[in-house]
Amino acid sequence: MTLLSVSNLTLRAGARTLVDDVSFNVAAGETLAIAGESGSGKTLSALSVLNLLPPGITHAGGVVRLDDINVATATRAEIQNIRGGTAGIIFQEPLSSLNPLQRVGKQVAEAMTLHGKFSKTSLREKVNALLAEVGLPDAQRIANSYPHLLSGGQRQRIMIAMALANDPKLLIADEPTTALDVTLEKQILDLIQTAQKARGLGVLLITHNLSLVRRYAQRVLVLDAGKPIESNTTDQIFGSPRAPQTKRLLAARDMAPPPGVPDAPVILQVQNLTVKFPILQGVLRRKIGEVAAVDDVSFTLHAGETLGLVGESGSGKSTIGLALLRLIKFQGRVLFNAVPSTAIDLASLPKRQLRGIRAQLQIVFQDPYGSLAPRLTIEDIIAEGLTIHQPGLNPAQRREKVAATLHDVGLAADAMPRYPHEFSGGQRQRIAIARALILEPKILVLDEPTSALDVTVQAEILALLRALQTRHNIAYLFISHDLRVIRALTHRVMVLKSGRVVELAAASSVFNNPAAAYTKTLLAASGLQ
Amino acid sequence: MRLVIIGLEQAGVGMRLSPLWQRRLAVFAGHRRGRVSLYIFAVVFVVSMAANFIANDKPLLLDYQGRLYVPAVQFIPATSFGPQYLPTEADFTNPAIKAVINAHGWMVWPLIPYSYDTIVWDAGPVAPSPPSWRNWLGTDEVSRDVLARVIYGLRLSILFGFGLTIVASAVGIVAGAVQGFYGGLTDLLFQRFIEIWSGMPQLFLLIILASIIAPSFWVLLLFLLLFSWMSLTGVVRAEFLRARNLDYVRAAKALGVPDWQIMLRHMLPNAMIATLTFLPFILSNSVTVLASLDFLGFGMPPGSPSLGELVSEAKNNLAAPWLAFTAFATLGGILILLIFIGEAVRDAFDPRKTQ
Repeated sequence: MTLLSVSNLTLRAGARTLVDDVSFNVAAGETLAIAGESGSGKTLSALSVLNLLPPGITHAGGVVRLDDINVATATRAEIQNIRGGTAGIIFQEPLSSLNPLQRVGKQVAEAMTLHGKFSKTSLREKVNALLAEVGLPDAQRIANSYPHLLSGGQRQRIMIAMALANDPKLLIADEPTTALDVTLEKQILDLIQTAQKARGLGVLLITHNLSLVRRYAQRVLVLDAGKPIESNTTDQIFGSPRAPQTKRLLAARDMAPPPGVPDAPVILQVQNLTVKFPILQGVLRRKIGEVAAVDDVSFTLHAGETLGLVGESGSGKSTIGLALLRLIKFQGRVLFNAVPSTAIDLASLPKRQLRGIRAQLQIVFQDPYGSLAPRLTIEDIIAEGLTIHQPGLNPAQRREKVAATLHDVGLAADAMPRYPHEFSGGQRQRIAIARALILEPKILVLDEPTSALDVTVQAEILALLRALQTRHNIAYLFISHDLRVIRALTHRVMVLKSGRVVELAAASSVFNNPAAAYTKTLLAASGLQ
Repeated sequence: MRLVIIGLEQAGVGMRLSPLWQRRLAVFAGHRRGRVSLYIFAVVFVVSMAANFIANDKPLLLDYQGRLYVPAVQFIPATSFGPQYLPTEADFTNPAIKAVINAHGWMVWPLIPYSYDTIVWDAGPVAPSPPSWRNWLGTDEVSRDVLARVIYGLRLSILFGFGLTIVASAVGIVAGAVQGFYGGLTDLLFQRFIEIWSGMPQLFLLIILASIIAPSFWVLLLFLLLFSWMSLTGVVRAEFLRARNLDYVRAAKALGVPDWQIMLRHMLPNAMIATLTFLPFILSNSVTVLASLDFLGFGMPPGSPSLGELVSEAKNNLAAPWLAFTAFATLGGILILLIFIGEAVRDAFDPRKTQ
């Protein structure tokens, strides 16, 4: 039986068509995934089911029928009955979806009382039963907690409980796990699947992550720039994709491991690196203890090779990157072989000498929007390091170098007088790479450089990084939570958990023959094993 | 005004004004109350800056025996008009001199033929004389033209306000920047210092000061600066604390960019938005402070044209309501204008309206 049918949906914002002639159906008990890159219109298509379109976006054509009600012509009361009644929705960011000033139990109860009358005791019982169903066994304590006291996974479970509160027939999950770690991602989606089976729900899963699609959806609709590209069963999409956009998406997902490097000299030796943050308490902010974000980590990095740092959020992987560049305080030794066999300890180097070394140790950050100063031109941004490390250059030589570096990262020289906001995420990340590259560094710390990007753009940046590595023989310290990206780029992998090294081995052995149980869990959650 | 702003926008395109700034200008231009206020304030500003040419007891231009003089900007000894006078500056209100000049040439008088300190001898039988065709807003208790005093008083208030605002903001921004950038102990000590410093009884200190040295424009500016620099420090500090951990600031640190350059190039532009939003309000506050000190008698030396003194005269002469009305309209008007401009600026910088 068709629960939701959307036919020829077209949405416009002014003259721009955001969703163009999209049709799909969801039957009870079935999961349809809408996949696509950011800006492909997948979220808008889902929001139109609940008539929740943001202001400025007009419904230009098409019919949305949910449970035999035409959403476009439904009365206010009918729409309210649909929202949270017939259809529940789970958003991406659970923290901003929950009211920070109310206990979560009250918020779940509110979702119920909006659609029916319950006595106080039966309401409490129902809330507790619901919380138990979404895998929060200590229901009474959780119900009395405020959102900030809960972890990301717990909050998302609360969101699911609210969506399930009124026995909906359809569950819309809009990127429900993007803000969560891989192991949590699996738990949350397994939970949705269990609820689906128990209640016979139709599920509309919106995601950019194709491995989730493969594991949890029966049918897939691929959108690209608002247009429906391909719609088929999951097996067929993954087995024999027809549209080129789908092939591109799939190809971006599976990149081959990088070619090995011959024995190269050691360029960086990290010994017993420890980063501790103080725990402060009381009015005087007295230090009452310490928490080790990075705990006694040692590793080496060879010239021209890539070492991958994997771990969940809070595992200390980014902190290691910042410590190597001495952007935060740390204990331990970081021996940098600027010239072979003359190790410099970065930990004890005076500031003035450190400034000279900085050109050889560079970093690229995760967020391409936050890592470029918004009020400087691209030329100013890229040339900033040159003015410090090669002050002898005249403006013409500097411009020439900037243009050459832009070419190196695949951008045209006409980008120079423009500002960061005129570029897309992928282009910005190229600019951030150019800023580091222009100083000809020996080591480049890449802190989740592709996490904020779409899969196909991700693949382009990874290909660029590989090409740059072979061209300039740079050693990469590649930090990521995404094991697929790690597999596509790294020669050796270090798995971290709570600041400690769990496993450090060649990439092939980590992926094919993991030694630690935690590595196995991570691999399983990412669908790589 | 709309034309001026559109012109600015076009000039902005020529200067490669970023689209964000163009949007901000557009929001400001669309804010009718703020735009009109800016327009009126601009007129008031120009008029008060040109006070010497609008209200003066010296002619703008005079022709005497075929020679041209510009008494408004020129020192002209009285001996020019006859050997019987002393070589001091000529008093053009003197009927004898007037008669001599008119006999041998001509004079062009400003719109208001009185300066702020000119005593109007023939205004009327009692000292605060009501408005008339000659003294549009009447005269005050020492028989000086009120309109002339208002124009000069506005000039003084605006200049003092701008002076105090600019210097106090500069000091405040530097102080906030240092606190926010270095954080930690520097921040902690600086914060405690500001808390203690802002607890000082400003008015008592000023009264003590006034009994030691006669307060003048510069002394008052310096003294008020000691206490008013703190208004921006908190905002700038917060912006710098936030910007300290932004990726592009970290990237600049990793590039080895010196601290002062990071503050100037990467962090200050962020703080400028908050600062610019505050400026009109600080300006209006400075005007108020000067007026209230003058009212209490601890401000500018007696005789200077000041809005505060006008208020105090109005209080002493309740039978002369034109004084109270003028004082209220002038002071209230200038503050309202500044507040409205400030609101428009704040809206223009509001990211919810420009993004």
